Amino acid sequence: MRTAVTLAVVGGAVLALPWLAPAYYVTLMLPFMAYGVVLLGLNLLFGYTGLVSFGHALFIGIGAYTGAVLTTRFGMRQMELILVAAAVAAALVAAPVGALCVRYVKIYFGMLTLAFGMVFYTFLLKFYKLTGGDEGMRMLRPYLLGQSWEGFSKTAYLIGPYYYFSLAVLVLATLLMWRIVRSPFGLCLRTIRDNPLKAESLGVSVPRFRWYAFMISAVYAAVGGALLATPTGNVDPTLAYWTHSGNIVFMVLLGGFASFFGPLLGAFVFIFLQDTVMSVFPYWRLVFGAVLAVLVIFAPGGLMGLFARRRVAHASRA
Amino acid sequence: MILEARDVRRLYGAYVALDGVSLSVREGEFVSIIGPNGAGKSTLINVLTGVLQPSAGSVRFKGKDIGGIGTVELTRLGMARSFQLVQIFPDLTVLETLQAAVVSRLGLGTRFLASLAGSGRVESEAREVAALFNLHEKVHTLTRELPQGDKKLLDVASAFALKPEIILLDEPTSGVSTADKHAVMEILVGAAKRMGLRAIIQVEHDMDIVFGYSDRIIALHHGTVLADATPAQIEADAQVMDMVVGRRRGVQGTNPAPHPALSPEGRGSWAQPSPPEGERGG
Repeated sequence: MRTAVTLAVVGGAVLALPWLAPAYYVTLMLPFMAYGVVLLGLNLLFGYTGLVSFGHALFIGIGAYTGAVLTTRFGMRQMELILVAAAVAAALVAAPVGALCVRYVKIYFGMLTLAFGMVFYTFLLKFYKLTGGDEGMRMLRPYLLGQSWEGFSKTAYLIGPYYYFSLAVLVLATLLMWRIVRSPFGLCLRTIRDNPLKAESLGVSVPRFRWYAFMISAVYAAVGGALLATPTGNVDPTLAYWTHSGNIVFMVLLGGFASFFGPLLGAFVFIFLQDTVMSVFPYWRLVFGAVLAVLVIFAPGGLMGLFARRRVAHASRA
Repeated sequence: MILEARDVRRLYGAYVALDGVSLSVREGEFVSIIGPNGAGKSTLINVLTGVLQPSAGSVRFKGKDIGGIGTVELTRLGMARSFQLVQIFPDLTVLETLQAAVVSRLGLGTRFLASLAGSGRVESEAREVAALFNLHEKVHTLTRELPQGDKKLLDVASAFALKPEIILLDEPTSGVSTADKHAVMEILVGAAKRMGLRAIIQVEHDMDIVFGYSDRIIALHHGTVLADATPAQIEADAQVMDMVVGRRRGVQGTNPAPHPALSPEGRGSWAQPSPPEGERGG
């Protein structure tokens, strides 16, 4: 009940935001929604399967570059098709990469994913003719629902149609992931996270299920990456750089990987905190490093963990 | 013959862990494997459960060669196992743990969008197993919060939830208090009877349990089968008692009478040769 009320209030606020908040803050919601999709997928791997990927920016990059290549090289501007193409491209790359990575766990899995991410980063950087090298590529304004929205200025497009399109994608991705983690498949993933040896003894094929989770999370990352490219209008290799992978892991930790909505909260807080800190202090990474250290030491459950702890304390006092 | 090992050898480099082990398990049998540390019990378990490929010889389950077949495939064929050290899913509830086994058995693991909560069959089967193991009042308890004895029961119960034809129990009463171990065995044997298991193999150090519940005892020593006989025959064999069991039982008179429910005439009667319930998913 409490969750439903919270969701209704948050949903209402997000829907009304373009009418209530300054355009600047509305545009900040766009990367939040894109990262929200990415993190839902990343947390299927992290929070539900127990695998920490340090290379998921690879798939964000695939999604973003798919959008840029399709809009600039092939003149394909329909965002719905771009999202499908990004998902397919990510799945094609994730299939062999995941098959190799899921054979390893803990730091070895993390390092392998990081290695593949850096291979892709170098590819983007060095294959200049194909990718634009360090300058990247333009992402042309995509059509939404078959409409070009040409009468809209860039800002009006972003805080209007594109805002609601991104929100719709985030809501769909959330509903889909909600079903996935509550399915028999989701239960199998949690058995693997908790005890792979026991899961195997119950007939759960650990590598196979880890691979499925990897594929799904890669598809989510690519869809989020494609959404991310439009507001900036340009994609470049830093999207696939390892620090970007580190940022999204940080977002999951910040919100709390043990909670379904934790990563979404983490993305929201990260985006707005980064914006605030950057506006007053140039060394934002210094602040974020300190925040990360405090989180790991004092609140390993992230912000959602803190809320849960407060709720338990409140209930025990009552 | 449900399970048969023939002339199994298993080498680790130059070290011979198993040296020509042959054994068989028949319908309705409760077989105990005993032996001192280093006798080769762990290696034998891993060979029998398809985790290890024998260096020579063969292991057949229902006529099929299962050498190195792997745990998942063996589970599908109808063999389950529990572990010496309790293996649980700490952040899952008792019900979820049992549901995971049922989901696996029914081959529902790749239902990506189906609702687990909406699957009445999975939940009712999981609750049935919980009831058989006296865990029905704790189905919503996180397994990490269970007492040690209940964790052990749940470990075994989840293996039973696979509705196997044969189950291999690695020290089913280890970590359980002396006062509770017979109760645990009672629950376990009762569940086997209710679920129509065709055979049980256990590896056990507790000789009260071994002699009280087994139809047949296989004694290992230095990677070979020293004896394969009934509890009474083993007890009458001074050499085996000296080398494998120790003198304690005979000399100090601590050998209890067989458990009433498993008296000699009752032995083997738990396993009716009925087909296993339910189907196994792929």
